[in-house]
Order: sequence, then C-alpha cells, then structure tokens
Amino acid sequence: MITGISIYEILTVTSILFFIGVYGFITRKNLISILISIELILNASVVNFVVINKYLYPENLEGVLFAIFIIAVAAAETALAVSIIISLYRQIGSVEVKDTETMKY
Amino acid sequence: MSFNDILVMRQEIVLLVIIVLMIIMEIAIPQNKKAGIVHLSIFLFGLHTVIGFFVIDDKSLFGGMYRTTEMIHFFKNILNIGVFIILLQSAQWVKNNLISEHRGTEYFTLLFSSLLGMYFMLSAGDFLMFYLGLELSTLPVAALAAFEVSQRKSSEAGIKLILSAALASGITLFGISLLYATSSSIYFETVSENILNNNLTILGFILFFAGLSFKISLVPFHFWTADVYEGAPIGIASYLSVISKGAAVFILMVLLFTVLKPLMQVWDKLIYVIAIATMFTGNLFALRQQNMKRFLAFSSIAQAGFILLGLLIGNQLGAATVIYFVLIYIFSNLAAFGVVQAISTQTGKESMTDYEGLYRTNPNLSLVMMLALFSLAGIPPVAGFFGKFFLFTAAASEGYYMLVFIGVVNVTISLYYYLLVVRAMFLRKNENPIPFFKNDLYMRLGLLITVAGILVLGIYSPLYEYIYELSNLIN
Repeated sequence: MITGISIYEILTVTSILFFIGVYGFITRKNLISILISIELILNASVVNFVVINKYLYPENLEGVLFAIFIIAVAAAETALAVSIIISLYRQIGSVEVKDTETMKY
Repeated sequence: MSFNDILVMRQEIVLLVIIVLMIIMEIAIPQNKKAGIVHLSIFLFGLHTVIGFFVIDDKSLFGGMYRTTEMIHFFKNILNIGVFIILLQSAQWVKNNLISEHRGTEYFTLLFSSLLGMYFMLSAGDFLMFYLGLELSTLPVAALAAFEVSQRKSSEAGIKLILSAALASGITLFGISLLYATSSSIYFETVSENILNNNLTILGFILFFAGLSFKISLVPFHFWTADVYEGAPIGIASYLSVISKGAAVFILMVLLFTVLKPLMQVWDKLIYVIAIATMFTGNLFALRQQNMKRFLAFSSIAQAGFILLGLLIGNQLGAATVIYFVLIYIFSNLAAFGVVQAISTQTGKESMTDYEGLYRTNPNLSLVMMLALFSLAGIPPVAGFFGKFFLFTAAASEGYYMLVFIGVVNVTISLYYYLLVVRAMFLRKNENPIPFFKNDLYMRLGLLITVAGILVLGIYSPLYEYIYELSNLIN
C-alpha cells in the first residue's frame, strides 16, 4: 500500500495505459511498435492484478500469482513474435506494416 | 493426493508423454530414417485417441484449479478425433516438405502442445488455468502458421496471427482483472457466487468476451481469419478453423452458462447483435472469394455466427445443440479442407477456377467436396442439416423468431456460394483441368472418416440424446 494514494488513482492510470496500448496497436505503422503497444496492455493488467489484490483482497495472493504468470507468458509471446518478425524481415527486408499487405480483403 | 487422483488427468498425461517421446525421437532417429516419424506420430496419436474413450470420473484437482466432468471429457475426445483426421490429411504434406528439411518432428510437437493447451483450457477451474491454457493453445499455432519459412505469405500469416492473439489475450486479461476486482476471486465457483450486475463487472465481461471473440473470429474481431488461413499451411488452417474454434466455443459456452449466468441480461443482447453481424459479414464476404482457403475462412466465420444462436438460449437445450453442431462442423469442415489439402499437395493449385472440371478427372474427390459443402450449407440428407435444424428450433423455442428468420436468410445466401464451387467442379469445362492423381493411404483414410461422419452423425439419433444428457451437468 502506498500512503496517500487510493486504488482509484492507480486504476485510472492502468486504464489509461490500457487504452494507450489499444490505440497504439491500431495506429502504429511498425511491427515492433505494435509489439510494444501489446506490452503496454499486458503490463496494465499486471499492475491491475497486483493493486486489486493488495488494496481489496489482501488475505489471498491470487492476484500477485496471476501477475507473475502473465509476465512469464508475455515474455514467451514477445520472443515468438520477434522471431516471426525476423523471419519476415529476412524475406522482405522491412518491418513496416504497409510492406506486409500481400493478402487483403 | 493419491495416484488415482492423478489418473483423472489421464488425457493430459498421455499427450504429454507423447510430446516428450517425439522430442526423444528427434534425437534418437538418424536423419535418413526421419520419414518414419510421420507414421510413428500418427500411430501414437491414434493410440491416444483410443485410450481417451475410457471413462474418467468427475473430479476436481489442485484446490479446484483443474476439474473434469463427463461433458468436458467427451469434448476432449471430439477434439482428439479432429486432430487425428488433420494428422492423416497432412501426412503427405509433411513428408514432401518438412522431412527433407529435418523439421518434421517440430510440426507434430507443436501441434500436440497446442492440443495440450486446449485440454487445460477446457478443464480450467479458475481464470489462471484458463489463461495459461489459452496461451499454450495459441502460441504453438502461431509458430506453425509461420512454418514455411521460405514463403513470404506464411510469415505474414504468422505475424498477423501472433499480433492479433497477443492483443486478444491482453484484452482478456484486463477483463479478468476487472472481474477479479468485483468478485473477490479468480476461481469460477467463487466468481459465480459473488458476481453482481454492476457497471464494472459488465465492462470486465465485455473485455473478456472480446478476447475470446478473437479466437472464435466473431465479427468485429474477424479480420485476421482470412489472411491467416490463406497464408498458413493448410493443415494449420484447418486446425485453426475447427479445433481451435471448437474449443473456444465450448469454454465460452461453459463460462456463459455457469459463471456468467447472472449477467445473462447483458450478454443475450450482445450475442444477438454479434450473431447477426457475424452471419452477414461472413456470408457476404465469402461470395467474392476466389481462393479456396479464403473462401473456407469466410464460410467458417459465418458458421461461428450460427453457433451463437445456440449460445443465446443459455440452457441445457442450447448447450446440447451447440456441442452437436460443433461436432458436425468439425467433420464437414475437415472434409472440405482435406480435399483442398489433397489438391494443393499434389498440384499446388488453390484457386476456385482451377477446380473447374474436377469431376471428370477426380470424381471421388469432387464427391467428398460436394458432401462437405452440402453439409456446411445444411442440405437435408447429410449431417449439417440436422445440426442447423436443431440450432434453429432451439432458438425458436425461446422466442427468437426474428433471429431464426435472419439465420434462414443467411443459410440461403451461403447455399449460393457453396453451390458455386459445386458448379465449378461438376458443370464447368476446363481445357487443362487438374490431372488425375492418387492420394496416399493416410489421406484416403482421413477423407473416409470425415465422409462417414457426415453421413452417419445426422441419422444416428442416440448420439444427440447422449449429448443432451451430458449437457445436463451445465445447469
């Protein structure tokens, strides 16, 4: 718990973080930036879980445990995404979204 | 916890043993004998499918994180049969393309890992297990979609799938965190006791639903579907369209009917709108497709819209019709994908115009394709008709007449584009049609099982009664 800061402030911050991530995912033109946006979304939920656990239900550790698992899985997800991006980069020499549009509609 | 308790997880343990065995085989078998790995993995998985039919008691383990009921066990068996058919159908492709590059074992290992994730997702007793299962089922498929490293389309499919899936899981997580905030726990049992109909819960639920909609490819979240199906290897496309979608529909149904039942006022309106949008989008976009894989992708989006009709009802009848429809859908769609797979493996052709005059050169394949498309469209003698018929009657029994009417309109639209393919195969003439070829034994066996399923499942009524009894557990 942080003195002087209630759960409302923290949840506001995480919500803003979440929607920045969604906005970034939709508008970014670079595959790596899209990946970073996804990290923002995942980290918003990590903070959410920890804060909710700490402020509302401190008797159990469900939220904190969940947060640890999310961090681990997010690392795996990023590793896989980066490796696919590298494989794509070897073929087209670019990580821009507009170059990956051979299939449409 | 005793040894007998562990045996409740028999399906998972056997599959895990197979995965470990595959990794050992990769090291143990010398390179020039690697072709044997295809036969071995099909044999092992066939064994696993047979073992799966033995009865497992209803039980929950690990303090409620893992549970199994007769219905979940039955659905795992359906998935097993589906994956077994996919293995049979893609055996030739693996032999031709992957064994020479020494990547055959990875294909099977990743496919089985994904299935393992689906088992855990179906058996989940809390949101943590559900999330881990969801990720374990998605990530290997993304790797598999990008598996043909020499082809640009495949990498493109992979990146589209992994980014959409990652966004979906992020949204799901944020939704779960809000549900956790309002209901004090991540265990399904506690959540269903404490869930309240307030605004924060509804926001959490909608985010959660959006995440799962990505996997089922419901309408606002369907954009990845056609691209990924077109770029990915056909075996993976069929895996995504039947196994992955089927498992996601099942777990969504279980959650909606048990845990999120108190929110029914919210989700029945939501599903009503999404069902209409999904059916129309899938069907109208399918009309203009020329590539067979894209065509089947949009048809599978439309089928997901029909499945929502059953979800809308929220009782035993709805659950039974959904499971029955998914079972039939697995067989029909796998038959269609199997024919596309056979033709693509032998000749590399995937466009609808290449199928013109197929009946003259390959009558058996065109007959299988015709049966599959009739079943997908819902023409009476084959199983697909009964699946759709039960769904529509179930929806009508709850008074959703308008929705049933829209569903019937959509069946009519879908009939048009399914018959376009049939017309191309049977009536059109072509100067250089696909030459006659003979499929290998596995492909023929795979197609035979699907055809048997399409013909028998609809007529064999004890099956539906059995499913109906199983669905009793959901109330």
